[in-house]
Amino acid sequence: MTSPSLRLWVVAIALAWAVPACGSPTASEQGGTVNVFAAASLTDAFRQIADEVERANPGLSVAVNVGASSALSQQIVSGAPADVFAAASPAAMATVIDAGEATAPQVFARNHLEIAVPADNPGRVDGLADFADPDRTFALCAAEVPCGAAAAAIFTAAGIRAAPDTLEQDVRAALSKVVLGEVDAALVYRTDVLAAGSKVRGIGFPEAEQAPSDYLLATLTSAPNAAGAEVFGAYVLSSEGQRILAKAGFELP
Amino acid sequence: MLLVPAALAVAFLVLPLVALVVRAPWTTLPEALLSAEVGQALRLSLVCATSATALSMVLGIPLAWVLARAQFRGRRLLRALVTVPLVLPPVVGGVALLLLLGRRGLLGQYLDAWFGVTLPFTTPAVILAETFVAMPFLVIAVEGALRGADRRYEDAAATLGASRSLIFRRVTLPLIAPGVSAGAVLCFARALGEFGATISFAGSFPGVTRTMPIEVYLALETDPPAAIVLSLVLLAVSVVVLVSLRDRWLQGSAA
Repeated sequence: MTSPSLRLWVVAIALAWAVPACGSPTASEQGGTVNVFAAASLTDAFRQIADEVERANPGLSVAVNVGASSALSQQIVSGAPADVFAAASPAAMATVIDAGEATAPQVFARNHLEIAVPADNPGRVDGLADFADPDRTFALCAAEVPCGAAAAAIFTAAGIRAAPDTLEQDVRAALSKVVLGEVDAALVYRTDVLAAGSKVRGIGFPEAEQAPSDYLLATLTSAPNAAGAEVFGAYVLSSEGQRILAKAGFELP
Repeated sequence: MLLVPAALAVAFLVLPLVALVVRAPWTTLPEALLSAEVGQALRLSLVCATSATALSMVLGIPLAWVLARAQFRGRRLLRALVTVPLVLPPVVGGVALLLLLGRRGLLGQYLDAWFGVTLPFTTPAVILAETFVAMPFLVIAVEGALRGADRRYEDAAATLGASRSLIFRRVTLPLIAPGVSAGAVLCFARALGEFGATISFAGSFPGVTRTMPIEVYLALETDPPAAIVLSLVLLAVSVVVLVSLRDRWLQGSAA
């Protein structure tokens, strides 16, 4: 038998279990880990806010789990150990509230959709109406996730029959198709265009101004680390937190 | 002593499937099954998995023959390379395909420039993604069958004057037919369940690239009962696959 290597495995596995256990003290006053479930469009702003919160609160560590708000809301309802939920749509937040997992969410930011095209704009897209062209390649978010629902509402209001080629599972997945140059355009949030930097160009359109997306934040009723959740939530709503969000391109409520 | 962990293992493997069956919305099941989305996704999944299996057989059986029979330097390295997709996270496979065959990929840019062909977000992209992930299952199964086959039949055919291609078609293939069919079934099952490579390379659009597993994932976000129904369908297909393999696996004495 290969008992030495087997023993090595046992030790390795035991260490893997033991190390995080001694690294995370039980949630005390502003200690432990805060699990923040955040809409994909908040990826960069919330990472930055998490860093600031950790710097201001030694002993507190912040883990940000980003994804489609609708997916995150289902994870929370299914018992994921979340402390804070930041949703890109009232509908996703409503799922969590209806399940009794949160009360009194607060609007902490607003966002608008924008057309994102690769920097060289290979499809020469210049407006929302171009999305009806079946010959060009477009990515939208799936209707199930907030950015997809917002896009569908805008197309309906504008009377445009969009001809997308893929319906992505969250806004950052749609954005990455633009960054890679695989689509001629995608409808994402203005903040995503800013986050993508020089690889992506944003094209605003008047219809988006009339349909802002509200971002809601709530600390969860069954939060494992309620004290830490309060600290994080307060920072997001503080002037420092709002400054970071504004820099990322969000509008403030 | 061994019975307790064994029982735990059985519970761990079987109870999730029991939960799926118990929680299924049985009363609304018929109408959910007949809904347009389910039919569309199931049809697409079956078409793509069947095509991926066919493509895997056309390319994979000759590859298995090379790995099992040809003598050349670097054969072990070649086998390791072509079985990487077996252990690679499928999402990574999808990203790799995108970087090779995407509109700006290493090869994809020429496909686009010379032929006007762009693969991502098309049904052929789904088939390619599934083939990439599933073909190694077929190759491994067929290679094993080839190594287990009695080469004296082929030698006898050769001494009787049969050409290599005739020997392959009339002697070797019939000899390894059980291995080929088992490999094809495994390949089909893997292709049918493929999610990561598909969603990252082919995207997700109803009727074009949104296969059953992607439909399950999306449905779970807004309509969990629908996700359960879709999962039940995939479970049923899996059971059919397993039953079709019963001679080889369920009797516990497989090769």
